[in-house]
Amino acid sequence: MIDLLLEPFAYEYMQRAIWVSALVGGVCAFLSCYLMLKGWSLMGDALAHAIVPGVALAYLIKLPYAAGAFLSGLFAALAMALVRVRTQLREDVVIGIVFTTFFAVGLLVVSINPTSVNVQSIVLGNILGIAPEDVVQVAIIAGVSLLILLARWKDLMLVFFDENQARTVGLDPVRLKILFFVLLSACTVAALQTVGACLVIAMVVTPGATAYLLTDRFGRLIALAVTMGVSTSAIGAYLSYFLDGSTGGLIVVFQTLLFLLAFVFAPKHGRLAAARAARRPLPEATP
Amino acid sequence: MTATPAARPRDIRPSIAVEDVTVRYSNGVTAVEGASFALGPGTICALVGVNGSGKSTLFKSLMGFVRPAAGHIAIAGLEVRQALKRGLVAYVPQAEEVDWNFPVLVEDVVMMGRYGHMGLLRIPRQADRDTVGEALARVNMLPFRHRQIGELSGGQRKRVFLARALAQGGQVILLDEPFTGVDVKTEDQIVALMRELRAEGRLMLVSTHNLGSIPEFCDQVVIINRTVLAAGPTATTFTPANLQRAFGGALRHIQLGGAALHADADTRQLTVISDDERPLVLYGEEDGKALAGEDAPLDRQDARR
Repeated sequence: MIDLLLEPFAYEYMQRAIWVSALVGGVCAFLSCYLMLKGWSLMGDALAHAIVPGVALAYLIKLPYAAGAFLSGLFAALAMALVRVRTQLREDVVIGIVFTTFFAVGLLVVSINPTSVNVQSIVLGNILGIAPEDVVQVAIIAGVSLLILLARWKDLMLVFFDENQARTVGLDPVRLKILFFVLLSACTVAALQTVGACLVIAMVVTPGATAYLLTDRFGRLIALAVTMGVSTSAIGAYLSYFLDGSTGGLIVVFQTLLFLLAFVFAPKHGRLAAARAARRPLPEATP
Repeated sequence: MTATPAARPRDIRPSIAVEDVTVRYSNGVTAVEGASFALGPGTICALVGVNGSGKSTLFKSLMGFVRPAAGHIAIAGLEVRQALKRGLVAYVPQAEEVDWNFPVLVEDVVMMGRYGHMGLLRIPRQADRDTVGEALARVNMLPFRHRQIGELSGGQRKRVFLARALAQGGQVILLDEPFTGVDVKTEDQIVALMRELRAEGRLMLVSTHNLGSIPEFCDQVVIINRTVLAAGPTATTFTPANLQRAFGGALRHIQLGGAALHADADTRQLTVISDDERPLVLYGEEDGKALAGEDAPLDRQDARR
């Protein structure tokens, strides 16, 4: 039995899949703490789909896929900004139009050159089959992002909470927001490899949302979210060896399970706690 | 920097000098034109005007969010940017500007006032923690330090943000509508605290629609409508005539006199001026001049709603 459980660790590709997934899951979870507080969650989804054509083209002309992804993400962001400034359309409409357009172009490129890249590995991720040079790219992206986040998480928190105060203590909110979106794009690119374009949104939303139900402090929120992101990603990658199933699917299912647990059982913000509070004859008076 | 919020760096003399400032937004709208006023230390100044008169634009330019198209702003004799860098300007936001569901505790919010005093990684030292505790104690919010901010009442929320301004050690404190959604007791507490801060030599600029309480605690008034219509000591500036110019029809103006008020030939009039909040109530010979002189027969009452 033990031998069977340890079997995945005997393969180098499995070891790689587990630690890369854990790293990417952790950084995405870190970002999710900010994203879910601003109502920008769909931006993560939009970015993930918008980088598909870049990845496809990069494979086609043998560039590092991260470069292609980044450029196409940038174009998508510019396109969204342009449509928004030039029309009266609402933000969700603009996001909807731009990201589906980019995704469609991506699928088109892939279908015209079916040999250059496997569409399934972009849309659904393929961490078990990740190429060693891609591992290096993903590790650098995720590692650098994590270091930047660890150094600047408090400044980012202040900008997200209260831009005016951020300015009065000498921070530049615009620069920090740009930094955040660069990190988000970079990590979306990295997560493309593990869970694929369709499920990136879960990686950058669910862990933060779960942690939000469990704590009222931002530092703990990050610690909880990152722990959940790392563990669900590592376990998902590990179990996908036995189930022979989609790694991304497993990771996201685990993240959702944790969310449901928190939704019901969270000590203060869970449904059970709410029911208990409602049963109490008189709510605790706030002096 | 100093450890206590009360102490003040010696070389700083809090002041605001706005000289002929014009602010134009990128869409071509001129929000403020040719505005000038000057305020010195130990002052509470009310900023009065209708919505859209440029109050928030003025605040934004004092905090360096918008750069004046013309004119000059100096805070404590420094450029706005320099003053911000030295943590001289503190801001107490309107309730609507804050995301009350944000996962932060009361003490976390107050600690945000200390960021300018910390290193790049914003790791608080004991001095920062002490300052946060003192600031919270000063606004009577110490027992609530571990509450999430959304669990507080309107008045408590205001006090938390005042504590943040104190913890920051701001010498120039901008308060945006501090009395909106606040009960009378809290309003009195905030006013009492502001008086203490004035006694310490700080400068406060308060935007408010609470016309009735302005003469109680503001020694200076700036009346604004796209430009500064009048600025100066409350006694000479805060007159019904000036308010009429600033508010025009937007102000409720009720005047009672003669037979409606008195059975005899008393010429005194009762004037009620309201911007839909606490009204200004004047009683005296002539509405415009009644406030002007100390010796004018004047009875002012508070009509609290």
